[in-house]
Amino acid sequence: MRVSSGYRVFRIVAIALLLFIMLMPLAWMVLSSFKTNVQIYDTASVFRFTPTMENYQKVFQQANFGKFMWNSFFVAALSTGISLVLGVPAAYSMSRFVMKRQAVVVLMARVIPGVSLLVPWYYLFSNLRMVGGYGVLILSHMFVSLPLILYIMMGFFDGMPTELEEAAQVDGLTPIGAMWHITLPMSTPGIATASILSFIFSWNNFMFALVLSGADTKTLPVAIFDFIGYASIDWGGLMAAASVVTLPIMVIALFFQKYVVSGLTAGAVKG
Amino acid sequence: MSAPIDNPASGQAVAVDQPSRPQPRQSTFSRWANRHRKWLFAAPAMVFTAAMLIFPLVWTIYLSLTNAQGSVRAPKSFIGFDNYIDVLTDTERFWPAVGRTLVFTVGVLIAQMVLGMCIALLLRRSFRGQGIVRVAILLPLVATPVAVGMMWRLIFDPNIGPANYLLSFVGLGPFSWLAGERTALPTTMLIDVWQWTPMVALILLAGLTSLSDEVDEAAAIDGASTWQRFWFVTLPLVWPSVLVALLLRGIDALKTFDILYATKGRGGGSFHEVETLNVYAYGLSFDYNEYGVASTVLILFFALIIAAMLALTSRTKER
Repeated sequence: MRVSSGYRVFRIVAIALLLFIMLMPLAWMVLSSFKTNVQIYDTASVFRFTPTMENYQKVFQQANFGKFMWNSFFVAALSTGISLVLGVPAAYSMSRFVMKRQAVVVLMARVIPGVSLLVPWYYLFSNLRMVGGYGVLILSHMFVSLPLILYIMMGFFDGMPTELEEAAQVDGLTPIGAMWHITLPMSTPGIATASILSFIFSWNNFMFALVLSGADTKTLPVAIFDFIGYASIDWGGLMAAASVVTLPIMVIALFFQKYVVSGLTAGAVKG
Repeated sequence: MSAPIDNPASGQAVAVDQPSRPQPRQSTFSRWANRHRKWLFAAPAMVFTAAMLIFPLVWTIYLSLTNAQGSVRAPKSFIGFDNYIDVLTDTERFWPAVGRTLVFTVGVLIAQMVLGMCIALLLRRSFRGQGIVRVAILLPLVATPVAVGMMWRLIFDPNIGPANYLLSFVGLGPFSWLAGERTALPTTMLIDVWQWTPMVALILLAGLTSLSDEVDEAAAIDGASTWQRFWFVTLPLVWPSVLVALLLRGIDALKTFDILYATKGRGGGSFHEVETLNVYAYGLSFDYNEYGVASTVLILFFALIIAAMLALTSRTKER
């Protein structure tokens, strides 16, 4: 279709503006993390400054972020892994046997406000002496991961033809065998999508860890508050901490960009 | 279309009737597992969710009818609907929180839908460098919300932040942003719009990409203007995607917590200026240990979410 040159100019300007608005704040955060607090307060030294690693030293040595990074990774990996083991077969069953009502129950978990679960969980798990441990964090993050994995995998299985499975059964495989040897290997893109999204959501989760984690099991989003004091804010340290929290997950997301986008837009087309 | 492989009612494989089929050698367990695989596969996920969901729900309803406070083990007594009366007549914290929740949700939804549609239309046709733009709109989406809140705290700082500095060039400001009693809520809404508009854009882009150009071109040949083509051709066709985006974003916007807590801290700031229902319920539960009242607020909050969802999905069915 013909495009007028006026529109073309408008489009370039609009895209440039979009790029600026999306990227400037992130760039500012990273830039500030290499500045001393004096340089942050001086608006004249936006780009002209000697980068310092002082903030990152604070983050990793004094604030012990290495440990918290491991906590975030460990909880995200395990909650994603266990949710896959539970969620993929369930999604398969709910897709193939059209269990709409059962699926709604699991998907309700996405709708309910987290706080309303936290009070009873806190009560239950503190009686079981589990609060502050990894177990309760993994369980609570699974509550986010499982519905997500179920939602994505159900859409994936719905769109997958059943002929190959049927052919495998005619050739002598049991229904479970056909699922294991035929359907599952064909589902790798769907499983990749579900896993990466589940990992991102768990890594970014804040409220559950805020209540249920202990001093040693804190995840990164909770640990970042160590840089906010009552009197003043250590801006350099805070920006370094924020960068340490969010840059790893952004790099992972960029690496698996195709899967992240297909997961986030799952259900958009079929409606 | 997903046709079930076999008859779910009997659990019998259809292929069994065919004489040419070699009989698989099966143990009793394998035969049992295959016959009951529907529930065998679905049950663990359902049991986990039910255990983590139903107990808390029942417990929350129970707590909302008691005067539970202090330690979770402290004795509590049944007080009927007193909490509900107290909360529903509370014009100091509860109703303002309801108002803020609705203002926040409706405001960010409108902004995200309009801007998301603009971005999706902008990126619809491929162009050189589109890879960079797609990366740029993906980054906010996957960034950790708490870190995003901290980042904007610096950018919106009235004295040292770049936001006022940049706006001073076009003669605007200075604004107090998060520090102002009246500007704090709109500022948090801006942050939410920055982070989640890309999600709407990606969903709408997926919807737009699946449309064929033919209808649009036919309308153009018939003399429809660009605006008419968008309003009468593209928008109705992409409407299912709009509803998906609206539903997903709506649920999350009502429950927004991370950026509010990261930017304003406990209680939504010293004047409760960004205290939404979720922040209020969190504060009641874990800052004041008022479990009974908190549970009441949560039940009412949950009812609001369900009502909003039903309103949206019933509109979907009408179409």
